[in-house]
Amino acid sequence: MSAVAQTVSHTVALTARQARQGVRIPVFLVMNLVQPMVWLVLFGQLFRSVVEIPGFAGGSDATYLEFITPGVVMMTAMGGAAWAGTTFVQDMERGVMDRFRASPTSRGALVTATMAWYAMLGSAQALVVLGVAWLSGARFSGGWAGVLLLLVAVVLLSALFAALSDAVALVTRQQEALIGVSQLIILPLMFLSSAIMDTRLAAGWVETAARFNPFDWAVVVGRQALAGVPDPGLVWSRLGLLAAAVVVMTSLAAAAFRTYRRAS
Amino acid sequence: MTATTRWDPAIHVAGLTKTYRSRDREVRALDGIDLEVRPGAVLGLLGPNGAGKSTTVKILATLSEPDAGTARVAGYDVVTQAASVRRAIGYVAQKPVTDPMDTGRENIVLAGRMQGLSSRDAKARAAQLLDRFGLTEAADRLVKTYSGGMARKLDVAVGLVHRPRVLFLDEPTTGLDPEARTEMWAEIARLGADGVTILLTTHYLDEADRLADDLAIVDRGRIVTRGTPDELKDQLHGDGVVVELADAASVARAADVATAVPGVREVVPDGRGLRARATSGATALPALLVALEGAGVSVRSAVLSRPSLDDVYLRHTGRSMAAAERDGVAGAGVAA
Repeated sequence: MSAVAQTVSHTVALTARQARQGVRIPVFLVMNLVQPMVWLVLFGQLFRSVVEIPGFAGGSDATYLEFITPGVVMMTAMGGAAWAGTTFVQDMERGVMDRFRASPTSRGALVTATMAWYAMLGSAQALVVLGVAWLSGARFSGGWAGVLLLLVAVVLLSALFAALSDAVALVTRQQEALIGVSQLIILPLMFLSSAIMDTRLAAGWVETAARFNPFDWAVVVGRQALAGVPDPGLVWSRLGLLAAAVVVMTSLAAAAFRTYRRAS
Repeated sequence: MTATTRWDPAIHVAGLTKTYRSRDREVRALDGIDLEVRPGAVLGLLGPNGAGKSTTVKILATLSEPDAGTARVAGYDVVTQAASVRRAIGYVAQKPVTDPMDTGRENIVLAGRMQGLSSRDAKARAAQLLDRFGLTEAADRLVKTYSGGMARKLDVAVGLVHRPRVLFLDEPTTGLDPEARTEMWAEIARLGADGVTILLTTHYLDEADRLADDLAIVDRGRIVTRGTPDELKDQLHGDGVVVELADAASVARAADVATAVPGVREVVPDGRGLRARATSGATALPALLVALEGAGVSVRSAVLSRPSLDDVYLRHTGRSMAAAERDGVAGAGVAA
């Protein structure tokens, strides 16, 4: 079997493991959805009038609920994927990771399987969030094509943070470190983005920071997608950046196996 | 082919060293290990926790790299040909190697897929292994519901999925209850009989004695002695011989007679009997009894005691296994 074929077949088998275990503890899947629902319903109501600030994206044509929906979709995807390394930590605590490492198991496949699972999970959750937003009165001119494009961004964002989480797990071997990732990285990324606020109305440095924030790239694509892609150049550039970040982070995670081995 | 051709060792280790460094200290886990295991043999690495057994196995299983020295497994170098080694070995770590949130069957099938079996072959092989290890009934239950003994058997089954030539079993029975241990011993003995080369680490003397064709005693990162369990025990200059006499008055005379019997040494009068050591008790004892009888000394009972591996360990390391375990705890945390 060629190396690529082997990586693909290992990815399929390992993703299936992630999926069946995810489904075995459905409470996690549900818990992951509680937070976005709180964001949607609470923030949607609380900051309703934000759209009336002069210069806010979309102006009074769009509701704040419609504004934050893509933001909430991406927050859910990023927040879920940040825990991807948990699988590695659990495998390392037992002898499962060592058993994989003492077998021809593709290191890349171990990483891509978690990426694939969180991409699937993030997509499913995105559809739920969109459904709830729609039921709450949000309307999107992008239609189904827009939803599909938004899902592409969800997949890339999930993959990026799953790979980051895997790398952190391999280097630190601690669940606590993953909690650190979600506390120290996720929150700033969330607030230095256009997820819940139009950055053009924030301090200038926030807008600048957002431009280098992968999370914001996904939010921008999602919002453009749901609005029928008024600025295709922006969408493609952000998707390109996201894809490049995924490639870089995946190779970093695969390289983290070497760090793990040196410490063995 | 020349007359010097002989078997290639399944495992060949020369001069292996490994030091674990952390911020405040260094632990020399391996201090020059040499080993050779012939195909189909069961080698027992016997030693207390922290002696370097697990580190050796980890290097042989490509999980860790040595600082110096070479190791070949199934003919492949563990550093430069790690991928080939990984296809040839099964590895059962000290910790459970199965996923508790998968069923027994799923664990074996996944391991088979990782070894390149097709989905269909992996399923067939899983059914076969589950049957062999008596796990068919529990096959579709999550492993977290398994007893310790069942889970350990599944660990071994997972390690065997691709019919490896060499199987590493790191402390396979630690933590098992006596019944599960006995069952595991039977399984390992069966594997050995099937011709799988097995490297087994243990700190149980009885386990090493019972399962290993060959033993290497490891202490502080070195192999202090090697041989079959019987050879090692014979190095102690034989068995203990205890003879109880019918008449206490004949002890002195009996001692003189016994000393003259070939193969009997270190004769010591002891109460109304004698203690001695015999190079080989099985041949010395009948000779001793005949000599005593010929001299008119009547014997009430005679007992042979085989030296235990604990005696062997004591002799080579200067401390008992139990004492070494207590000393070794400090280093074990890093080396494990």
